[in-house]
Amino acid sequence: MIERNDIAETLKMIEHDHLDIRTVTIGVSLLGCASSDGKVFADKIYDKITKTAERLVPVCNEIEKTYGIPIINKRVSVTPIAIAGASLTKSEDFVLAAKAMDRAAHAVGINFIGGYSALVQKGTTDGDKRFLRSIPDALTETEIVCSSVNVGSTKAGINMDAVRMMGGIVREAAEKTADNNCMACAKLVIFCNAPDDNPFMAGAFHGVGEGESVINVGVSGPGVVCSAIKAMPDASITEISETVKRSAFKITRVGQLVAKEASRRLGIPFGIVDLSLAPTPAIGDSVARTLEAMGLETCGCCGTTAALALLNDAVKKGGVMASSSVGGLSGAFIPVSEDEGMIEAAKSGCLTIEKLEAMTAVCSVGLDMIAVPGDTSAAVISAMIADEAAIGMINGKTTAVRVIPAIGKNVGDMISFGGLLGDAPIMKVNTASPEKFISRGGKIPAPIHSLKN
Amino acid sequence: MNAVIIVTGKDSKGIVAKVSAKCVELGANIADISQTVMSGYFAMILLVETDGISVPFPDFVDSMEHLGGENGLVIKVMHEDIFNSMHRI
Repeated sequence: MIERNDIAETLKMIEHDHLDIRTVTIGVSLLGCASSDGKVFADKIYDKITKTAERLVPVCNEIEKTYGIPIINKRVSVTPIAIAGASLTKSEDFVLAAKAMDRAAHAVGINFIGGYSALVQKGTTDGDKRFLRSIPDALTETEIVCSSVNVGSTKAGINMDAVRMMGGIVREAAEKTADNNCMACAKLVIFCNAPDDNPFMAGAFHGVGEGESVINVGVSGPGVVCSAIKAMPDASITEISETVKRSAFKITRVGQLVAKEASRRLGIPFGIVDLSLAPTPAIGDSVARTLEAMGLETCGCCGTTAALALLNDAVKKGGVMASSSVGGLSGAFIPVSEDEGMIEAAKSGCLTIEKLEAMTAVCSVGLDMIAVPGDTSAAVISAMIADEAAIGMINGKTTAVRVIPAIGKNVGDMISFGGLLGDAPIMKVNTASPEKFISRGGKIPAPIHSLKN
Repeated sequence: MNAVIIVTGKDSKGIVAKVSAKCVELGANIADISQTVMSGYFAMILLVETDGISVPFPDFVDSMEHLGGENGLVIKVMHEDIFNSMHRI
């Protein structure tokens, strides 16, 4: 018999602490769709996506109903388009592919589609260059297509030519969507050590080593962890760590249950559960408030990096045992605009970009959903990407940059993206010029793996 | 399979009767009931066997939630596996 206390605890987590499944994402291989004809390629990928993901939304709705657990997003990730479309000869053909992805995503009723991506950590092919140049137009002319570019890895080093190019592409994307809150930049992320099986946007893509199709699930639950920490005001840090592990275990078990059930009902193999604590702008669903619950006055004060390190590690330790296969980004997310506590901390001036950069050294992802002044130069954006990629490369972890140069706005203003993407205060950026460093191009070689200091 | 039905709301006459009648109507067999009233607030947890229900499970959930709405109660129905997954290794 199920214990009454267990039923009450589960209900409280769902009703009060915002426990939900953040996303069920189907990874779809497009490697079989290659064609040098843009129209043929676009038609093939439309057919492949709509056929594979046809039943995703109805099946998720059934699962939601059966278990009483909300599934917030249904998504699709595809093989990086720069690889599947390597033989396309024009940048405009890639934009056609993006539009086909957008149409397919709308046709099956999903929330986002990711994989408008390129992997250029070691070098950039001619096809990659055509693809990269298409990103601003592709993101401007589509609604729910997400793009990512991997510019570095621990094994390959950092491709500084690609880093230089991406600074300009981020600016161009912002300018092209200036009348729509620079939305293109909210759908564009630049990675170092990008994972192949990430179900979260904007960085999801279906890795080339993956199978034909796969189900990856991302859980959420900062509210559950925050609530558990608040219930123990006098506990030691050791006790907090144990509590976070227990909460993460329970959260992940729900993810595992949903992933297995979605896999069974859709007849698509189960890939991984991503253990990330993913916040939303809703009150009570914040990673920043979870850190504050440990005893910090405001997120961003001294001690924040240590508290985040503890949280990130304990989430992984608790989650790993709860799932048969863990992957993706797995950790705590710190997107500024998508986290009510982060927004407040950034507004107050306590949370700065420099502190966020330090935090990215100990948690998953990186400088995420950060709005910067509209006149921030391409070189400064490239340099932010280079800094983040360096943290990822040296520490053997995933890092990323998703910054939004808010055209026409300055420090203290706000920019609004709506929905889960939230609102961001424009944050101060160090404007001293890294122009010369960025313009040199070339590569930062892969790091040495001994003499670790 | 088994499902857990959770009923909460302001106490009134006939709540147990209405919920159990609906279970019978839809073909669910009640295996266990636990019910209490605290300060005028009604709370009940039922464990029901749903193998013999006459409608698809999502429709069963809708019917029970609708019954709650009609009577000023909150009724939630959840597959037992979510509790077993979260609280048992």
